[in-house]
Amino acid sequence: MNGVNDFAFKIGTVNGTGSASANGLLMQAIFRMGIPVSGKNIFPSNIQGLPTWYEIRVSKDGYTARPSEVDLVVALNPATYSKDVATVRPGGFLLYDSSWPLPKELERDGITILGIPFGRLCVESFEGDRERTLLRNIAYAGALTALLGIDEEVVDTLLNQTYGRKPKLLESNHTAIRLGRDYATQHCPCPLPFHLEKMAATGDSILMDGNTACALGAVYAGATVGAWYPITPATSLMEAFKAFCEKYRVDKETGDRNYAILQAEDELAAAGIVIGAGWAGARAFTNTSGPGISLMQEFLGLAYYTDIPAVFFDIQRCGPATGMPTRTQQADLLSLAYASHGDTKHPILFPANPHEAFEMAVQAFDLADRLQTPVFVATDLDIGMNDWMVKRLTWDDAYRPDRGKVLDAAALEKVKKFSRYLDVDGDGIAARTLPGVGGKGAYFVRGSGHDKHAGYTEDSDAYREVVDRLRRKFAHAATIVPKPACTLREGADVGLITIGGCDAAVSEAADKLQAQDVVVDVMRIRAFPFGDEVREFCEAYDTVFVIEQNRDGQLRSMLAIELGIPRDEMIPVLDYGGMPLTARVVVDAVSGHLAGVPA
Amino acid sequence: MTSIAKPPVRHPSLRQNSLGLTLRDYEGVMSTLCAGCGHDSVTAALVQAAWELELEPHRAAKMSGIGCSSKTTAYFMKQSHGFNSVHGRMPSVTTGANAANRSLTYIGISGDGDSLSIGIGQMAHAIRRNVNMLYVIENNGVYGLTKGQFSASADVGSTSKRGEANEQAPIDPALLALSIGATFVARSFSGDKKQLVPILKAGLAHRGLALIDVISPCVTFNDHEGSTKSYRYTREHEVEAVHADYAPVHAEITLPESGDHLRVVQMHDGSSVRLRSTAADYDPTDRASAYAHVRACQARGEIATGLLFVDGGSRDMHDLLKTPPTPLIDLPHERLCPGAAALDALMARYR
Ligand SMILES: Cc1ncc(C[n+]2csc(CCOP(=O)(O)OP(=O)(O)O)c2C)c(N)n1
Ligand code: SF4
Ligand SMILES: [Mg+2]
Repeated sequence: MNGVNDFAFKIGTVNGTGSASANGLLMQAIFRMGIPVSGKNIFPSNIQGLPTWYEIRVSKDGYTARPSEVDLVVALNPATYSKDVATVRPGGFLLYDSSWPLPKELERDGITILGIPFGRLCVESFEGDRERTLLRNIAYAGALTALLGIDEEVVDTLLNQTYGRKPKLLESNHTAIRLGRDYATQHCPCPLPFHLEKMAATGDSILMDGNTACALGAVYAGATVGAWYPITPATSLMEAFKAFCEKYRVDKETGDRNYAILQAEDELAAAGIVIGAGWAGARAFTNTSGPGISLMQEFLGLAYYTDIPAVFFDIQRCGPATGMPTRTQQADLLSLAYASHGDTKHPILFPANPHEAFEMAVQAFDLADRLQTPVFVATDLDIGMNDWMVKRLTWDDAYRPDRGKVLDAAALEKVKKFSRYLDVDGDGIAARTLPGVGGKGAYFVRGSGHDKHAGYTEDSDAYREVVDRLRRKFAHAATIVPKPACTLREGADVGLITIGGCDAAVSEAADKLQAQDVVVDVMRIRAFPFGDEVREFCEAYDTVFVIEQNRDGQLRSMLAIELGIPRDEMIPVLDYGGMPLTARVVVDAVSGHLAGVPA
Repeated sequence: MTSIAKPPVRHPSLRQNSLGLTLRDYEGVMSTLCAGCGHDSVTAALVQAAWELELEPHRAAKMSGIGCSSKTTAYFMKQSHGFNSVHGRMPSVTTGANAANRSLTYIGISGDGDSLSIGIGQMAHAIRRNVNMLYVIENNGVYGLTKGQFSASADVGSTSKRGEANEQAPIDPALLALSIGATFVARSFSGDKKQLVPILKAGLAHRGLALIDVISPCVTFNDHEGSTKSYRYTREHEVEAVHADYAPVHAEITLPESGDHLRVVQMHDGSSVRLRSTAADYDPTDRASAYAHVRACQARGEIATGLLFVDGGSRDMHDLLKTPPTPLIDLPHERLCPGAAALDALMARYR
């Protein structure tokens, strides 16, 4: 890193002061200069007054993982000065608000310290505390345009687009940008050695977060019922769904809303609502995070045992308990895979980024209908809430929902007898009917023991027949869920296995390892249950690393449980501090292990 | 043993309703409850009510939680889909089903354990949403299925079969429902079919959530001296507030024999309920006086039964959600999916 279009900077502020718009402005400006960029918002679980950071990485090579090192820190929160100054890489820069003398905590050898009196400049130019605080953020964005060489015209256009209808605000934002920019130009070594130069590498891309993408997927898949209970980091998914529905699903003539969003009393009820809706024939979903998944356990078992489709988005956060609710993790893997009491297993899709989240959200509805079972889409806070640069989303108008085996009145006419849980095709999936259909279609859903005709039973054989069918259905699921994504290199003798949002860091690490003559193949698991390809990959290397973001190596355990691969033969690389994974963590763990350094 | 085969008992009345269906057509599989269980009487009343109302069986959905009471959805209307869900969660499942397909008649059956303990939150919120459904609590003061523990509706001083006395104050579902805005609240007694059938019919016709608390003695664990949910106790302490006769729109509406204090409450579906108050000044459309009446009865050791409150013009969940008259499940994909061009246009916002 640290050259033209290849560096990272980090802004430390206090939350609730309006820095988000300045950070968004910077991200978008860089993106519009055609340069690959990604941003990570590191925010506290609180509304106002605690430290918050925003990390922006610029990568001409298109790497989107969290940066391994930071070239420039903008330190605007005195409470985190000492922490912030320590994160600057040797030889890097620190910019602080020099309205006050340089505090002792910020002194450090081997880095360059720049001061711009943002506070004073804003006091001189603007009225009122609120405006001054807000515009101080825009002023640092202005300084960064000069320090990093952000195109002035792009920034101006963005401001015009954002505040076009509020002339006063527009004017003060322009002024604030100018304040920062002019001061930096006159007093700082602009541009810094690492800076931006226009490229043409983002034309086919967008900046989108995963929750927006999942919501859009739900709209496009034709979901009509959404039930939820607010929880970070899942909340913005339903908010986005609502916004898209208001845009696309309101009948122009009647004002009727072709969707139902129910904010439930808790996650139990949210699960009940989507299961009720799925049973009745709607495409229904809920969005939640770990604590909500815990509350949904009983219902998940019910839906599993009674063959009811529904989609569950789990935006994972740092557990256990309330844990660190604004930090990321992949620690729900086991609790999703085997959610509920009794013998239960559930399909899970693992998108690696918002683009895939959109596609997998759609797939999840098809799979749930086809398999007649709850399907999870497991993302995490990093994918869900951060803006990622991904390929623009596209849609094929030929798409029609796969509603699976549903017998309507006409189809029922043709069958002699309808038996709800009779496996005719050998794939473990029995045809269902929807309530209201009439004729022979009525059946009784029960979570208690039932036979293949849906009748009550306490008979061992009749019970086993049904649960064995469910096992066959799960085996069938392994053949239709998304296959793993493998990146193979000539001469590789090490396998890296990873999942979800770790993909960005692991792919980057694979390139870096190659530069060190360590050649690795990478398999990113995209779904549970695992298909044959997963086993083949695991068995193809003497050395296999499993890279994931939880403490206990949950993915590794699942590979051991499901495929019988000895657990200890897979080397765990575990990163669970709550931050998005960096390539450095992976490179260090892999090369360290290969060199015989104990992890 | 799978489900029990139905013995070929001839029903006394095999009259057909206008759909050509007899009472038998509204029955379900053979009950497996204890002989004499109040719940079976409620089932019989439901069969009668549905038959009289001429409900198309396949257009109804039977919803329940877990308990002896919740099992009864299998014992009526075998031509309807049924959903015996999990303990205390019938309201949320019904909410979801109703959101998806508003065109069905939802018949929810629950118990006092199911609704007043584990599921009290879900019941309250279904009431708040005013989900269009019949919500019957078969209230026996105990957990029948788990063998006779006190439920939250057991009265202070009532004793369990083993002689132990309950000392915690009961939760009265009618009062609770009234206080959180229920739009239809009634109470009846499983042993009083004459009162129960018209109330069930009125509840089925109500647009919104119709809560009916039915005292339904558990003969095995709670029908002994000292129990306040026994047959004897209920018969002796019942005070009827308002007698409801249900009149479907397509049948001739005749005046009841005694026309005193007659009130006609217009139901949302166009039909009407005729109410005969025993107390001259009882007003079933006034929430505050309904609440006061139930409390006053309670203070005298009486159980207020009858149609206690109805808001005939209430807005149900779909009115509040502004969903179309067409059930959401019947909307074609083209109306739900914005399509490729819209997505393409939307992408500009993310650049
Ligand atoms: C989660 C859960 N906890 C406990 C039970 C055990 N259980 C089954 S029925 C029941 C109580 C039923 O009482 P009520 O709703 O009053 O029905 P009744 O049998 O009295 O008609 C309990 C506690 C259960 N099925 N599920
Ligand atoms: S235990 Fe009580 S509630 Fe249950 S079936 Fe027997 S009598 Fe009825
Ligand atoms: Mg009970």
